[in-house]
Amino acid sequence: MGMTMGEKILARASGKDLVKPGEIITAKVDLCMSNDGTTHLNIDIFENQLKAEKVFDPKKVIFIVDHNVPSESAKTAQVHKKMRIFAQKHDIPFYEGTGVCHQIMIEDFVVPGQLVIAADSHTCSYGGLGAFGTGVGCTDFTSVMHTGEIWLMVPETLKFEIEGSFKAGVYARDLILKIIGDIGANGANYRIMEFGGPAVKRFTVDDRVVLCNMAVEAGAKTGLVEPDQTAIDYVEARGRHDMNLFTSDEDAVYEKTYQYNLDELEPMIAIPHCVDDVVGVTQIGEVKIDQGFIGSCNNGRIEELRAAAQILQGKKIDPYVKLLISPASKAVFLEALAEGLIDIFVESGAMVLNPNCSVCWGSCQGVIGEGETLISTGTRNFKGRAGHPNSSVYLASAATVAASALTGKITDPRGFAV
Amino acid sequence: MKEAFKGRVWKLGDDIDTDIIIPTQFLALKTVEDMKKYAFNPLRPELAAQIQPGDIIVAGKNFGCGSSREQAPEILAALKISCIIAKSYARIFYRNAFNNGLLLLENNELYDYCSEGDHVSVQLESSQVLLGEKSFEVASIPTDLLQMVEAGGLVPFMRKRNGK
Repeated sequence: MGMTMGEKILARASGKDLVKPGEIITAKVDLCMSNDGTTHLNIDIFENQLKAEKVFDPKKVIFIVDHNVPSESAKTAQVHKKMRIFAQKHDIPFYEGTGVCHQIMIEDFVVPGQLVIAADSHTCSYGGLGAFGTGVGCTDFTSVMHTGEIWLMVPETLKFEIEGSFKAGVYARDLILKIIGDIGANGANYRIMEFGGPAVKRFTVDDRVVLCNMAVEAGAKTGLVEPDQTAIDYVEARGRHDMNLFTSDEDAVYEKTYQYNLDELEPMIAIPHCVDDVVGVTQIGEVKIDQGFIGSCNNGRIEELRAAAQILQGKKIDPYVKLLISPASKAVFLEALAEGLIDIFVESGAMVLNPNCSVCWGSCQGVIGEGETLISTGTRNFKGRAGHPNSSVYLASAATVAASALTGKITDPRGFAV
Repeated sequence: MKEAFKGRVWKLGDDIDTDIIIPTQFLALKTVEDMKKYAFNPLRPELAAQIQPGDIIVAGKNFGCGSSREQAPEILAALKISCIIAKSYARIFYRNAFNNGLLLLENNELYDYCSEGDHVSVQLESSQVLLGEKSFEVASIPTDLLQMVEAGGLVPFMRKRNGK
């Protein structure tokens, strides 16, 4: 019996030839990462409770300040200071204000075949490069940071076979919203979501990351795409050459297979307050918005910024709407500057923010007030996620957010030149 | 771990996410004791003050979905909830709860039978939850996980084991 690529990655990490779903393994971790959402707690546990002295490997433990940066209060400044001091003391890679943690990991660290554990739920993003990333809480993370190992249950795998091509104005973002809407917020609980098929083979790394990143919103342990020349080119262009290219066997066993055809897909919207409450943009009716946001680990990369810029070019946003744009990393920001996208955004009336989690995290930038409505490319639309408990968040693609910012209400981007 | 205990039920729905359990704005508060006052704030702001030690939360499917923030199970443990009985849990929350000494039990039917304010009794040895005359089966929890819950979570458990 063959193995899926996820099973192969976990077999390698646990030093076994074969693993099966349901089996509990102790795995060696290739990389671990923590951000300012919870690292202060890890440090407390590490130093005061475990009384540990060393991290397992200073090259494989990464701290990234991205959730509240620049700090908006003395409290968060203290958290950042604590991380900075720990990183210096243990001589581990440290980033502050350079981008959303998952984007930095993808640009600077991850290679196909790795097992990566991070104290953040969207660690499943790394499947876009064919690596197994999964999120844990700070206690599990502290134990990983100390020992380099973690126990994991080998999950079942769900396969998503994608064919066809995106119509103009439709993106990977719409596909993953559609899938989550279909299978539900726990439709992949404890499972691996493996995305494949002829369409995914043509996807860029950015689009693959968009799919894998939101696997957790369906409850998945991780999302994966088989690594191929596209993934190899991406990491080799960044100077990383050691990797393991695991692909699923012909006779691998999947719990279930789903089929999607991109030819039939329209722009999708997740409506408040659950990511699996998804409708097509044509069924949304009239929804007035107060703010738009383009950014986050899901949708703040160069391709999404290009899609938004195409729609905003030469136009002005609605005078009573704010549009906030945060490129996912310094590298993305520089690319957008070089391509003239930032000029387009600023001239349209958008506010361009430093790379960080921003509005998606809902505590340091662009927090919305009582009764306000946000349309966002972020990862979640939970009640109160973006600010006041009585506010609303709709999730959509960067193109849909841009089109909506122009009209002041949720708008189908296909009506604009794209 | 007490093998049998009884508690008053607070009933919550499906997909109770981590932003509802503890919203982002309160994560920078210094202590879990400060944070616990805001448990379930976006959904039921009055609830945290009403919860008494030993109370039980009964919920629908996918409890704890969303972020990996460990403050979510931590504040529920700090409110001294004796256990949660939900139809199902999100996987990150599940690990985090046991790691923080919070007992989670799974049952599909109890939710539809019980009302808020009911008293249910949990019998770990026989893996049963009793409500009046009716009993509901929960999956049994391995002894070492129960010992971890009793110790207050993974870190105190490891320290106890290592004799530190």
